[in-house]
Order: sequence, then C-alpha cells, then structure tokens
Amino acid sequence: MMDSPRTAVSNPPVQPMETNLTERDLIRRSATQELPPPERQLTPVAKLIDVSKCIGCKACQAACVEWNDTNPEIGENIGVYTNPHDLSENMFTLMRFTEWVNPDTDNLEWLIRKDGCMHCADPGCLKACPSPGAIVQYSNGIVDFIHENCIGCGYCVKGCPFDIPRISKADHRAYKCTLCSDRVAMGQGPACAKACPTQAIVFGTKDDMKKHADERIKDLNSRGFANAGLYDPPGVGGTHVMYVLHHNDRPHLYADLPDNPTISPVVQAWKGVTKYAGLAAMGLTAAGAILHGIFGKPNRVQRQDEEHAESFVQSGEPRKEDA
Amino acid sequence: MSEEVKKDPEDSIDVGPPITVNRYGPGKRLNHWITATSLILLLLSGLSMFHPWLFFLTALFGGGQNTRMLHPWIGVVLFFSFFIFFFQLWRLNLLNRDDVQWTAQIGDLVRGNEEKLPELGKYNAGQKLIFWGMTFFILILIATGITIWDQYFLEYTAISTKRVALLFHSLAAVLIILLFILHVYAAIWTRGTLRAMTRGTVTGGWAWRHHRKWFKELAGRRRSDPAEYK
Amino acid sequence: MTNAWTDIKNTDLVVVMGGNAAEAHPCGFKWVTEAKAHRGAKLIVVDPRYTRTASVADFYAPIRQGTDIAFLNGVIKYCIDNDRVQWDYTKAFTNASYIVQDGFGYKDGLFTGYDEEKRDYDRSTWDYVIGDDGFVATDPTLQHPRCVWNLLKEHVAPYTPEMVERICGTPKDKFLKVAEMISECSTPTKTMTSMYALGWTQHSSGSQNIRAMAMLQLILGNIGVRGGGMNALRGHSNIQGLTDIGLMSHLLTGYLTVPSEKETDFNTYMSTRQFKPLRPGQTSYWQNYRKFMVSFQKAMWGDVAQADNDWAYHYLTKLDVPAYDVLRMFELMYDGKVNGYICQGFNPILAFPDREKNTKALSKLKWLVTMDPLDTETSRFWENHGDFNPVETGSIQTEVFQLPTTCFAEEEGSLTNSGRWLQWHWAGGSPPGEAQHDTYIIAQIFIRLRDLYKKEGGAFPDPILNLSWDYADPNEPTAEELAREINGRALTDVKDPTDPTKVLVPAGKQVVNFSQLQDDGSTMSGCWIYSGCFNEQGNNMARRDNHDPDETGAYLGWTFAWPLNRRTLYNRASANLEGKPWDPSRKIIEWDGSKWSGYDVPDISPTAKPGDVGPFIMNQEGTARLFARGLLRDGPFPAHMEPFESPVANVFNPKMRGNPVARVFQTDLERLGTSDEFPYAATSYRLTEHFHFWTKHNRVNAALQPEFFVEISEELAKEKAIDNGGWVRVWSKRGSVKAKALVTKRIRPLICDGKPVHVVGVPLHWGFTGSARKGFGPNSLAAFVGDANIETPESKAFLVNIEPSSAPKDKEASA
Ligand SMILES: Nc1nc2c(c(=O)[nH]1)N[C@H]1C(S)=C(S)[C@@H](COP(=O)(O)OP(=O)(O)OC[C@H]3O[C@@H](n4cnc5c(=O)[nH]c(N)nc54)[C@H](O)[C@@H]3O)O[C@H]1N2
Ligand SMILES: Nc1nc2c(c(=O)[nH]1)N[C@H]1C(S)=C(S)[C@@H](COP(=O)(O)OP(=O)(O)OC[C@H]3O[C@@H](n4cnc5c(=O)[nH]c(N)nc54)[C@H](O)[C@@H]3O)O[C@H]1N2
Ligand code: HEM
Ligand code: HEM
Ligand code: SF4
Ligand code: SF4
Ligand code: SF4
Ligand code: SF4
Ligand code: SF4
Ligand SMILES: [Mo]
Repeated sequence: MMDSPRTAVSNPPVQPMETNLTERDLIRRSATQELPPPERQLTPVAKLIDVSKCIGCKACQAACVEWNDTNPEIGENIGVYTNPHDLSENMFTLMRFTEWVNPDTDNLEWLIRKDGCMHCADPGCLKACPSPGAIVQYSNGIVDFIHENCIGCGYCVKGCPFDIPRISKADHRAYKCTLCSDRVAMGQGPACAKACPTQAIVFGTKDDMKKHADERIKDLNSRGFANAGLYDPPGVGGTHVMYVLHHNDRPHLYADLPDNPTISPVVQAWKGVTKYAGLAAMGLTAAGAILHGIFGKPNRVQRQDEEHAESFVQSGEPRKEDA
Repeated sequence: MSEEVKKDPEDSIDVGPPITVNRYGPGKRLNHWITATSLILLLLSGLSMFHPWLFFLTALFGGGQNTRMLHPWIGVVLFFSFFIFFFQLWRLNLLNRDDVQWTAQIGDLVRGNEEKLPELGKYNAGQKLIFWGMTFFILILIATGITIWDQYFLEYTAISTKRVALLFHSLAAVLIILLFILHVYAAIWTRGTLRAMTRGTVTGGWAWRHHRKWFKELAGRRRSDPAEYK
Repeated sequence: MTNAWTDIKNTDLVVVMGGNAAEAHPCGFKWVTEAKAHRGAKLIVVDPRYTRTASVADFYAPIRQGTDIAFLNGVIKYCIDNDRVQWDYTKAFTNASYIVQDGFGYKDGLFTGYDEEKRDYDRSTWDYVIGDDGFVATDPTLQHPRCVWNLLKEHVAPYTPEMVERICGTPKDKFLKVAEMISECSTPTKTMTSMYALGWTQHSSGSQNIRAMAMLQLILGNIGVRGGGMNALRGHSNIQGLTDIGLMSHLLTGYLTVPSEKETDFNTYMSTRQFKPLRPGQTSYWQNYRKFMVSFQKAMWGDVAQADNDWAYHYLTKLDVPAYDVLRMFELMYDGKVNGYICQGFNPILAFPDREKNTKALSKLKWLVTMDPLDTETSRFWENHGDFNPVETGSIQTEVFQLPTTCFAEEEGSLTNSGRWLQWHWAGGSPPGEAQHDTYIIAQIFIRLRDLYKKEGGAFPDPILNLSWDYADPNEPTAEELAREINGRALTDVKDPTDPTKVLVPAGKQVVNFSQLQDDGSTMSGCWIYSGCFNEQGNNMARRDNHDPDETGAYLGWTFAWPLNRRTLYNRASANLEGKPWDPSRKIIEWDGSKWSGYDVPDISPTAKPGDVGPFIMNQEGTARLFARGLLRDGPFPAHMEPFESPVANVFNPKMRGNPVARVFQTDLERLGTSDEFPYAATSYRLTEHFHFWTKHNRVNAALQPEFFVEISEELAKEKAIDNGGWVRVWSKRGSVKAKALVTKRIRPLICDGKPVHVVGVPLHWGFTGSARKGFGPNSLAAFVGDANIETPESKAFLVNIEPSSAPKDKEASA
C-alpha cells in the first residue's frame, strides 16, 4: 500500500492506485463519539510554507482555484496586493501582504504570508462542528470538510483559531483548503505546492518538513534573522501546515497570524461544560418532571374548592359589593 | 347569562352550574400556541445542533441544512409572537408582596397545603418567574441568535463576539428549556390548568384554589354593573 | 542569456537590476532561490520600487529610473579604485590593453564627432590603432595612456559615490554597500550573475545600460563562467526565438542582417560582414558568414538561388533606413503612408507608447488584419468604451479583419527560452471554434498572394513566385517540416574538404549542425544558429534527458541549445590562459593537453590551444570589448544620459535632452513634457498576476489582480491628499488615465541633486476587453521615443502629474 507522497514535486505515480484516504483512516470525525480506531497509522504529512522564500506570485492561489474548480469573484483594487480581499468559499488560500519597517534595521520588509487552513492536530473547527462527519481528520493529519454532511451552521468558523472556514452563500456549505486530500490520496502533492515556483511551499512527511525547516532556519540565521523559526503552534497540538518565519518571535507581524493560537476558551466552554451540564440539567429536569408526574401527587382541585367558588359567587351576590 | 361568555371571553365568570371562569380569549390562546409551537420547534431544531446525540432530530425538519436554515426564522416568529403575548400580560405579571410570601412558602404548595398560602391574583410567583424568565431568555436568544445568524449578519460582528454569542445562546437555550419544562410540568401537575389554554376556561374551584384574589375580584366585578356586559 | 536558467544556481551573488525577476520570471527565479538555499548566495535588488524580488533580497537599494549607467560606472570605478579587478582575466580576455586612436575623446556628456543637426556621431575616431601588420596595437602592461584601460579609468572617474547619489538618488551608504558586495566577486572563486530585462532595455540609452554591466562583469572575470554571465531575461515565451529567427525588420535569420539599399550586390554585402581577425592567430567566427548566407538563400529559393545569380541576392529587400521598427511603422501610418497592417499576436494599442497617436495611426489604415486567439483592444480600437477608449467610431473607416488563431498550448512546435534552449512542446488541445494555426493562416495568405502574382504579374513577382514551399500539405506546413528546414540538409553530396573522396553528408540528409554548411550551394539551412536542432538523430528539441553529471546545471541531454547545444556562451573564458578552470570547483571545460573537454560544448575549436586563440571568437579581436569601437551609435563607453522626460537635468550637460543620438520624430518631440508641468517620474512594469493583456481575459488571473492601479509613496499621497484605494487621475503630455491609488511604503521619494523626486508606478495589464475590470495602461502616458540602437521604446521613464479624481466612466454612463 502506497503511503503519502514525500514531496510535491515528485511526479505522481503512473500506475492506477486506490485512494489512500478512506473512512478507515479517520482519527476524528465531527459529532461522532464512538469512532472505531483506524486500522493503520498513515505517516503524518505536512505542507511547509517558507515565507522567506515566497515571492508573493500567487501561483498557489491560481493552482488552488484551478484544481478545486472554484470561481472567485473579480473584485476591485482597494489599495493592496491582497486579492481577493479575503478567503472565501471560492478562494481557499490567499497571499496576505504586509509592509513593515523593521525598527531594528530601519529596512522595509514586505512580509507575504500564504493564508489558509493550518490542518491543526487539534482542530477547533472539528471540535465545534455539530454535524456528524462534516469534518474529518485522517491519520496523516489532514483535516477535511465533507460537504455532503455539512449543514452550513458556521460553527467551524467560530471554532477555528485561524479564521479559515467560509460558508458559501450559494450552497450553504463550509469550504476551506483540503490540503488537496484528493491529490494526496492518489499519491500527489498539493496543487499549490506543485505550482509554487520557488518551492516556498514544500510537502512531505511532517518529520521531513521539520528537518527541511531546520535547514531553512539556519540559512535565515546566517542572513541576520536571529529569530527565524518554525511556526508549528503547540496550542493546537501542532499543525500540518507550518510556516518558516523570519520573525518567529512575532508571528502577528504576518497579517495577524496568531502568536499563540489555541481553541478559544469560549469555544471550549461552549462545546464542553455547557453541553454536558446543559444536557444533564435538561435531562434531569425532564426526568424529574416525569417521575414526579408519575409518582408525585398532582395538585388537584378539590370538591370544596368548587363549592367555595360556587358559594362565593352565589352567597356574596346581592349585598356588599354594590358600593 | 351564558351569552356573557361570548361578550367577554376573558376574566369573567360564567355562573354555570358548574361555575367556569374565562381565563383566556381565543386571541391569546392562539398567540400562546404559536409561541409554544415555535419554542418547541426551536428546541428541537436547536438541540439537534446542540449535541450529536440529538442530531437525529434534524430529520424532523428535512435534514441538517433545512434545520439550520429554519431555526433562526422560527426564532423570529417566536420573538414576535412572544412579545405580542408579552405586552398583553406584563402588568399582571408584575411582582407584589404576596409573591414574596408565596415563594417563601413554596414547600406548602408542593405538599398540597395550598390553603396556607396567601390568596393570589391571576398569576402566582412561579408563573411570573416563568413569564419574566422567558422574556429575559428570549431577548438573549434573539440577540445572540442574530449575532450568530451568519447567513445574513456575518459582517456585523467579529468572530470573537460570535463565539461569546454562541456560548450565551446555548446557555440561554438550556435555561429556557428548563423553564419550559417547568412551565409545562406545572401546567400538567396543576390539574385543570391545561384547559385554560385549550378551551380558555378553568373551573371555579380551580380559580378559587389557585388564584382566589383574582376569582373574588372577577366575582365582584361581575356583579358591579351588569349593564356593562349588555 | 550567456548562461542558462539552470546555471544560476551556481552563483554566489545575484544582482537583479533593471528587472524584476521574481515577478516577471517566477519560475526561472527558482534558480535564485536554489543558489540562496544551497550555496548561501546573496541577492541584491536595485530598482526604483521595492519589488517582490526585493522582498526576498538580502539587500535592496533604490535608484531613479534611467540612471543605471551612473550607478554601474560608479561600481566600476569603485572596483578599479579598490583593486577589485580579476586582473588575469581582464588582461587576457578583454581589450583593456588595446590602444585607441588619438582623436577619440569625451567631454560635456558627449563623445567626439557629435553632429547636432543629424543627431548622430561621426564614429570614425572611435577605434583602435591598427599596426602595419593589420593587427591592433596593444600595451599588455596597461601603461599606455591611450590604452582602453586608462581611457576607461578616466571615463568612470567622475562617478564618485557622491555623484552616484546625486544622479541616482541612491543613498551613498546603500550604493557603497552594493559596490562592496559586487566587488567581492572579483576573485576567481566568486561569481556574480546579472539578471536584467526591461528596467535596462526600455530606455533611450538601453543598450548602454547593458554594456555597463557587461563591462563590470568582464573586469570581475564573470563572463563565460559558471554562475556568472549577462543574463537577459527574455519576455514572451518565444521572444528569444523571435529574434533568433529574425522577425525584425533589419534581420534575416540567425543574426544575418538585411542588406541596406547601398549594398546592391552580394559581394558588397559580404565585404563588410566577413570580419577578419584583429589579433594574430585569432579565429573570427563570422568568417563563415558566407556559408550561412548561401545556405539561407538556398532554403528560401532552392534551385533558383545559384552561384551565377549571386544566390538570388536580388530577391532580398534592401533597407533605405536602418530599420522599419514598430515606432517607425506607426509614424508612417500616422502620416497616412501605410495602407494595410497585419497584426499577428500583437496588441500595439496597449503595448506601444502614445496610445492616442497609435489609435489615430490605425484609424488611417485602409485595412487591419488581426490574428489572435483573443479579442484584443487593437482589433477593437474603433469601438467606443467611454473614458476607456474615447474614439468616435463613425469617423473611423479602417476595415478590420479578425482572424482567430490558436494559442501556443494548442499547437506543436518549439519555444526558445532565455537560455537559448529550443524546447519542443506538443499540442495540449485542439483549436476551439473557427481558430486556425498561424501557419495555416500564413500559408493561405501566401498561396493566395502567389496566385494573384501569377495571374496579375506585378512589379517584381519573382521572390514570391519562386519561394520554396516544399511541404506535404502546402496549405499547412507542419512544425516538424519547418524545424527540419531550419536545421538544414545537404542538397547534393557534401564532401569532406580534407578528403574529397569522403562524403560528409549524402544528398538529402539533414546536416548534423552548421559546421557542415557550405557556401557552394550544396547545403541549405533556414537558420544557421539553430542548425543541429533536428538532424538525422531526430528531433533534438524533444529530448528530455535530465541527467546532469556532477550537478553542474548543464543538462546537455535536455532539448537543444543554440549554438551547437552549448549551454554557456564564451565558456572558454571559464579557464585561465593555461586552460585550467579559474575555480576548479566550478569547472565547465578544461584543456587536457590536446583538446578541450568537460561538461559543456566548448565555445572554441576543441583543438585550439589555450593562449593561441581568445575566447570571444564572435569578435574580430577574440577578446571582449570594454571599448565598443563604433559598434554602438551612442558611444564606445556607457555615459550617463537622462531619459527624454526627466525630472532633473543632466549633470554633465544640462542642455542635453535624453540620448543625443536617439531618433525622435518631429511630431513626437512636440509631445514631450517638461518637469515644470509634469513633476513626477513615472515608470511602467508588470505584475506577476498578469501576462500583458492576455490574462485579463482569464477569470482566475482577473480575480487575482482585478483592477488597474498606480503606486505612489505615502509622502506623495499626503502631499496630494490622495487616499489609498481612492481614484486618481494621472496625466502626461500625451494622455490621461484614471486609476485606483495604491499608497505604499515600497516607493519612497528619491533625493536627486538635492531635490525630491517622486516616483509613480504604472502597471501594464489593463484594457477594455476581457474579464478584468476595464482600465488603462501606461501607454496612454508614455513617450514615443526609443533606444538609440534598437528602438526599444522608453517605457520605463516618463513624466506625469497626478491628482485625486472621480471614477472613470464607461460607455453606458457617458453616452
Ligand atoms: N507576470 C508576468 N511576467 C512576464 C510578463 C508579464 O506580462 N507578466 N511579460 C514578459 C515580458 S514580454 C518581458 S519583456 C519580461 C519583462 O521583465 P522585467 O523587465 O523584469 O519586467 P518589468 O516589470 O517591465 O520591469 C522590471 C523592473 O524594472 C524597474 N525599472 C524601471 N526603470 C528602471 C531603471 O531605470 N533602472 C532599474 N534598475 N530598474 C528599473 C521597474 O520598477 C520594474 O520593477 O517579463 C516577462 N514576464
Ligand atoms: N509602457 C510599457 N509598455 C510596454 C512594456 C512595458 O514594460 N511598459 N512592455 C513591452 C514588452 S516587453 C512587450 S513584449 C510588449 C507586449 O506587447 P504585445 O506582444 O502586443 O502584448 P501581448 O498581450 O503579449 O500580445 C500578444 C498577443 O498574442 C496573442 N497570442 C497568443 N498566442 C498566440 C498565437 O499562438 N498566435 C497568435 N497569432 N497570437 C497569439 C495573445 O492573445 C495577445 O493578444 O509590450 C510592451 N509595452
Ligand atoms: C406544550 C407547551 C405548553 C403548554 C402545555 C403550555 C400550557 C400553558 C397553560 C396551560 C397556561 C395557562 C396557565 C395559566 O394561565 O395559569 C399557559 C400560560 C402561559 N404560557 Fe404556556 N404552555 C406551553 C408552552 C409555552 C411556551 C413555549 C411559552 C413561552 C415561550 C409559554 C408561555 C406562557 C405564558 C407567558 C403564559 C401565561 C402565564 C404567565 O404569564 O405566567 N407557554 N401555558
Ligand atoms: C429567538 C430567536 C432565535 C434565533 C435568531 C436563533 C438563532 C440560532 C442560530 C442562528 C443558531 C445556529 C444554527 C443555525 O444557524 O440555525 C442557533 C442555534 C441554537 N439555538 Fe437558536 N435561535 C433563536 C432561539 C432559540 C431558542 C428559543 C432556542 C431554545 C429553545 C434555541 C436553541 C438553540 C440551540 C440549542 C442551538 C444550538 C446551539 C449549540 O449547538 O450549542 N434558539 N440558534
Ligand atoms: S458549517 Fe462547519 S460546523 Fe457546520 S456542519 Fe458544516 S462543517 Fe460542520
Ligand atoms: S485551521 Fe481552522 S479550519 Fe483548519 S484545521 Fe485548524 S481549526 Fe480547522
Ligand atoms: S493544499 Fe490544495 S486546497 Fe489547500 S491551498 Fe493548496 S491547492 Fe488549495
Ligand atoms: S506560489 Fe509559492 S512563491 Fe508564489 S505566492 Fe504562493 S507560496 Fe509564494
Ligand atoms: S511563463 Fe509561466 S511557467 Fe514560465 S516563468 Fe512565467 S509563470 Fe513560470
Ligand atoms: Mo517583452
């Protein structure tokens, strides 16, 4: 059985092959509690985006549109190179351009970050999703949206620490980068990585990508970027899309990349204690009511009550109340 | 005499025999049941998204997509219908001194010693609590619901706000459901209550037992100026 | 390119100046990232704007557009002053030691021999002292005051760092940092590559920009070596092929030139082309000119071209002017002197400067044929689009024929890349709708014309009637047939000159390469430099062997590179006078005592002893020229000249405007603006998201960069109360456009000669057809002047004014 491909540039297998990512490879499935453990463990993969090598050419964006056959709108220019202006159901990845004057060197730096799903090991989107099987995670780390199961509630948007998923106004389903799961399943690397002219995007096993990142970081250190580093945030259990950043001490410089992303505590509370306490409270109350209804003594109107009422109406009738 | 029922569908006594008391006219009843239906649909649709155990409930609405789409609209119906109801009832649900004592002696109610409780107007403190509770949570639900209604209101708030809204929506939903259970159970436990919302009437004994002040007042008013009712 | 794209990975320093490689050549740029990642190479960008290339550079320095010569002369001076010269190389492989005639000199921004009336130089003194032996006089010690080296030193002396700052606006410390980094590459073991394109060519002194860098590369010893070279990043995927195959009015194929009207017979023509060596023992490859020329004539006219009719030399057009370049053609059109125009894969309304003039010119044609897969602005020039194309349709009588063609992806053939690789490709799809291959359309036009000439005669029908048209289906020659014809074959048996009993190439067989071409009519070849591309081994352009022994980046088994599958031009210069590589770790070829061998095809006769023959065999000298003699119209050394429209005066001669010998038509002179009226220095350029004016027809590209904009600094925006993302009007003496303003830190005012110069950046890609939003391009603004040597329009430097404005109106709204 062929495991995940090692690099995006390697040519795809020419022999027909069966898909590599099946139901049996799921390690998480949204709104599904008893997921049978996968029969095998695929090698974790990762896409490494070396921001220091990226030239902002948007070939990755174009490749993503072509491969996924999306149709981003033709917008307008609002004084930036970031186009379209935001991720959308038709644009799963976006180059975000930031002009920053480095106070240490007084040099301008044009920080260009490829935004898109990070494929978190602990995905907030999946955690939030109420619909069984709308979001799945494969044992190689890919987090994928299964559109036919999606109800369009947008909880994934709130669950995601990176503001990634977008709900289509046309079909009301959530969309985001799939890490080209359909390509990876067939032994190919992601379309964006394949298109990237400078190999700022590389793809392979997560271990290989980390090693590659080490080399890149050394190179950056030698060029005066003392704080260069790998962005693989532990707050979400690490990610299967990682960045090499020249200023890894300040990820927020890169168009507000979270410095230390975690699934928001609000989301944790909402999907955690609220659910259990809520279900318990509702269940207990309902059960209590039913039990009390069956075993307790109902509050019945007594015969005397009727008589009192009757006599009150009749007896008091002609007199005092006339005043 | 019996025509009076038609002329004043509410807050009037039908001498009978047996004595019946008109508690809600058809308008209010319709209003109530629209409200009740909405809330039940909301509860079912909301809970289907609340926990995977309950996801099967989406089938009631024609699948998850429809559930997601319908829920907020039903919420809007609930909101309007409840507040139409609200403006008719709110005065009578203002708390008074009797409510305090009633609440303090709630144990007597449960034990069946209702006689020991003060005489009450049209609503007891429990009902009032439910009334204001519903009001409060529906306000929260509509506010938070709109905040998370991304299909139309995506741009207006930040995700961080939406997260809080979602949490509060869930919490409010849970609490309103608790209230709802309480309300329905109270209506069932207190035998003879349901017909107030079905037929619009209660028996004289029911009124005497639970809302004596209200009953006495109606009885008095009935005699005060018959011509009024002509 | 002297080297190949793949060779860039071998460099230590990449200088991107006069181009924006990451943006305009993103795929090729991967070799820069390779060099950086694996060799620790450094990248310098010198550009008026902080570009996407700059975003990954180690060092960026700003420069005012049109002043690169000052900058580069400054670097040359820095290297000379700091003894950062690869002396062995410079002495052996350049003309540094050659003695120049006494008459030559330079003063007040002008060389000797200037004639203001004619706007031209008398170049007779710009030459060497030739000894009695017919060879050039030299002083290998470089002591002679008139030797090239000393003249060069004198010529660059004024370009001090202060002067560079004054002219270029590059802060002195930044200039010095760049100079320092570059100068380190003077050691034999460090190389630098120069990657440039339009930032240097699109100037009235464009050729001199390139010369300045070539000279710098020579004194650093960086030409002919791995990771070095002068690397012109060509534009269109086959623009290299276009020039190679001679699609310019003054060129035949393979850089053979079209005769001038003075060269009435073949011998006169040949007399100025078969250059004799200027140094003893030297090879001058152009001595083979006759073989190539005769083979070309045989390819054109077959049996009709014979020795006794001078190979049908009289069939060739003779030029009455140096060239019928695009500017001249439109000038003639504008004057009403052109009846019809065939526009094949060309969108001049958007691509050439002074759109208003060009629109008027097209309006004066009787007919216009466009051959294009897309609905171009040129084919719709007569259509009113409100502000976007404000023409009066009713007043235009030109009849327009739109012939839909296929696109490169729908046809088979070869494209020649910047590295001179002829890469065969296969059709990826069949033509949609009524589209036809260009070859089909041209064949149809030819056949119909020939029939007409046959029927009606005409002034001189012979060249058309007798044109060889030997294809299986005359209606549509195939790419393979054309490629075989270009490669050439023996028409009669070709005998070995040393042993006439041996047949080198039997009649009818493809020649192996141009070394087998003959001047006796026994061979034919459509383009000698391409010869070897499709020989008896088959289609060498279709080879896809990516083996690369020792990872030198040569890839000799991948496609075919001209000439002779050579990957690095002048690679003989990678070895010293003994034939050993300057840098053993970067060997290309080596003299093993009897012959040259190594990783690449030697650029010298394989048995030519080192020391005997110089490496630059295409030059009569055998050496590279620091002093260009009279070969360029505007000077043997590059001298600072301002653009025609410049915000500051030329510091060397304030009266001089632009390049003193560049051609300017009278009407255009009147359409030049001055800095009083138009204070801002505009430039134009590409964006990665678009390819010229095609990709705006594609929804994906259109979404990635939807709308026309101009870039300005925060300072200028503040001065003019312009909002980021708001509308502005930009206008020059020739026209006006409306654009969104993109206010950026990436453009900063430059301080030149004490006063701030604001740069306005105008990207290229919008028009009024296609999917993207309607917009304008820079050519409504740019000036109709070209380079003094090859007439490339000065699109990179012109003057504009700018103000906040309202949105432009489309037709519906304005009607
Ligand atoms: N994406 C994309 N790629 C393309 C094309 C395209 O349309 N789109 N077109 C192709 C074609 S045909 C060509 S010819 C090439 C052109 O490739 P390039 O020449 O690299 O492209 P340009 O953007 O025209 O100009 C390059 C840079 O020159 C700078 N510049 C302007 N004036 C000066 C100057 O005086 N000195 C210096 N040092 N820099 C200056 C500009 O600021 C700009 O950044 O690109 C090819 N590649
Ligand atoms: N101000 C300013 N002006 C410039 C430049 C600049 O930097 N600044 N750059 C200049 C440069 S370098 C260039 S190269 C020009 C580009 O100018 P053009 O070459 O006029 O521009 P393109 O849009 O590339 O036009 C080529 C046309 O060829 C068509 N085409 C594509 N494939 C085929 C085919 O197989 N057959 C046929 N018949 N047609 C085909 C395309 O659809 C397109 O319409 O612009 C120049 N103009
Ligand atoms: C199956 C569901 C329900 C049943 C069986 C039910 C039953 C009743 C009955 C019997 C009464 C009359 C009680 C009385 O007048 O003493 C009543 C009153 C009322 N109900 Fe409901 N109800 C239901 C759902 C709801 C819901 C969903 C709401 C609001 C969201 C609601 C709001 C009220 C209010 C406001 C009153 C008036 C009493 C007061 O103001 O306290 N009911 N209901
Ligand atoms: C008053 C107007 C209301 C609005 C506008 C509203 C809107 C929403 C919206 C937008 C959602 C997200 C799913 C979707 O888009 O359909 C939602 C979820 C939910 N709603 Fe409402 N709602 C309202 C009232 C209610 C009420 C009255 C209840 C309770 C009975 C309720 C219970 C829920 C629950 C349980 C969820 C799921 C929350 C979770 O998964 O944690 N909603 N509501
Ligand atoms: S919108 Fe997001 S959270 Fe909701 S069902 Fe679809 S994937 Fe799950
Ligand atoms: S980045 Fe967001 S959408 Fe992607 S896996 Fe993580 S939580 Fe989910
Ligand atoms: S991995 Fe695939 S889906 Fe994700 S951004 Fe790249 S091309 Fe798009
Ligand atoms: S394709 Fe590569 S270089 Fe281009 S924008 Fe994307 S990541 Fe950057
Ligand atoms: S033409 Fe296409 S493949 Fe070639 S460099 Fe440009 S973007 Fe890359
Ligand atoms: Mo070009």
